[in-house]
Amino acid sequence: MDEALLRGLVPGVLGILVRRGADFAAAEDAVQDALVEAVRTWPADPPRDPKGWLVTVAWRRFLDATRADAARRRREDRVEEEPAPGPVPAVDDTLRLYFLCAHPSLSPSSAVALTLRAVGGLTTRQIAGAYLVPEATMAQRISRAKRTVSGVRLDRPGDVATVLRVLYLVFNEGYSGDVDLAAEAIRLARQLAAVIDHPEVAGLLALMLLHHARRAARTGPDGGLVPLAEQDRGRWDTAAIAEGVGILQAALARDRLGEFQAQAAVAALHADAPTAEETDWVQIVEWYDELARLTDSPVVRLNRAVAVGEADGPRAGLAALAPLDGSLPRYAAVAAYLHERAGDAATAARLYAEAARRAPNLAERDHLTRRAARLNTDRSDRSR
Amino acid sequence: MAKYLLLKHYRGAPDPVNDVPMDRWTPEEISAHVRYMNDFADRLRESGEFVDGQALAPEGAWVRYDGEGRPPVTDGPFAETKDLIAGWMVIDVDGYERAVELAGELSAAPGAGGKPIHEWLEVRPFLTAPPTAAEWCH
Repeated sequence: MDEALLRGLVPGVLGILVRRGADFAAAEDAVQDALVEAVRTWPADPPRDPKGWLVTVAWRRFLDATRADAARRRREDRVEEEPAPGPVPAVDDTLRLYFLCAHPSLSPSSAVALTLRAVGGLTTRQIAGAYLVPEATMAQRISRAKRTVSGVRLDRPGDVATVLRVLYLVFNEGYSGDVDLAAEAIRLARQLAAVIDHPEVAGLLALMLLHHARRAARTGPDGGLVPLAEQDRGRWDTAAIAEGVGILQAALARDRLGEFQAQAAVAALHADAPTAEETDWVQIVEWYDELARLTDSPVVRLNRAVAVGEADGPRAGLAALAPLDGSLPRYAAVAAYLHERAGDAATAARLYAEAARRAPNLAERDHLTRRAARLNTDRSDRSR
Repeated sequence: MAKYLLLKHYRGAPDPVNDVPMDRWTPEEISAHVRYMNDFADRLRESGEFVDGQALAPEGAWVRYDGEGRPPVTDGPFAETKDLIAGWMVIDVDGYERAVELAGELSAAPGAGGKPIHEWLEVRPFLTAPPTAAEWCH
């Protein structure tokens, strides 16, 4: 059984239950029950109409749960009287669910958890495993999130930007548990792109595909980080790159530039270079200028300084770095690299060591420590 | 989305405001303190932010490798150590501000006279996996 295919049906099924009058939280529980049932019975007895099967089973579960709750007697009467609606386009249901699960009243971690469960169809256990927290904690986070959005009406369009931020967070979490969150984020972005025509949705999908394409090359055999310039480009996924570039070009042609499209453009220029030396850094600097205009983010200006260092030489890069705040994350790492390129190994080694102390993750810390160690070893070899 | 360790010390942290050792509290004050700590953990479970919490015995030893075929060397109990960890709580929160807010609440646990201890807690971020969407040019 194709689990992704099954989970792709979730938003539509949930939407039908909600439209029939089930409240969101109860409907979501019922759909989860139906999914568990499907995983159990479909391999031996596959239904002819999988979505219809899920709607029937989930609806029955919902009624059972409602009946079991005596306090909900009145609501039960109401929903039982309601005639089952005929077939309806699933498109709007899916989109509304995305908006609901990324509702601005939710904290980022709650929105992520709710999206993965209600839109993605993952179980609480899978989500807890992916985020390395106890299942009980994740269950609470999800049920609180459901309570928070329980009063939100599903009939008003939301802000696409909030949905994209949630999917971007999921993508960046990578793959620490059993669930490949990067692949799941791509699946959810693809599903979103199918129901809404928006250049930034396309931009985010392209960005994800282009980064995902390099995944196998990003890690060395020892598990260490392999920087872009040293990656074996033969291990990049060319099909994913081609798809990402195609999606990006179609989005850019509509002339409604946004942050994700600009980031994807940078990623596409990297993907486009047969060797690191052939990278079109001049164009990458131009895209960072666009990004700085769109976001005014100091992180963008930091990345721009790296690109300037490649396009116009390390002195120019250091000049671009000079006005930035030294306390920015990764400032020391960028400064170290530019000093190394400029031939100042002593300063570079000191800055790499400082950058390693401030690194936010293990792989990056080890990588920066190795850079510092290599420069220090070279220098002591030379002085011997 | 970000995990933090809230670290509690027997020794080694700066002095708290309400600096009366626990064995000089009344039994009721001790009970109130324990109840506060349990309630705090329950609140975090309920808010979906709790990962783990453990207390450590003050007695322990240093242990190190002593070469092939030899048993490890032990040295202890560590009387000399300046820094002694009493326990920890691991939380999973939206960001640093929330971690500080929660550490502040935990530090308000009641001590002698039923007044907050104002104990200093160490807040340490976990090192994570690198983000998927990052350009590692160097």
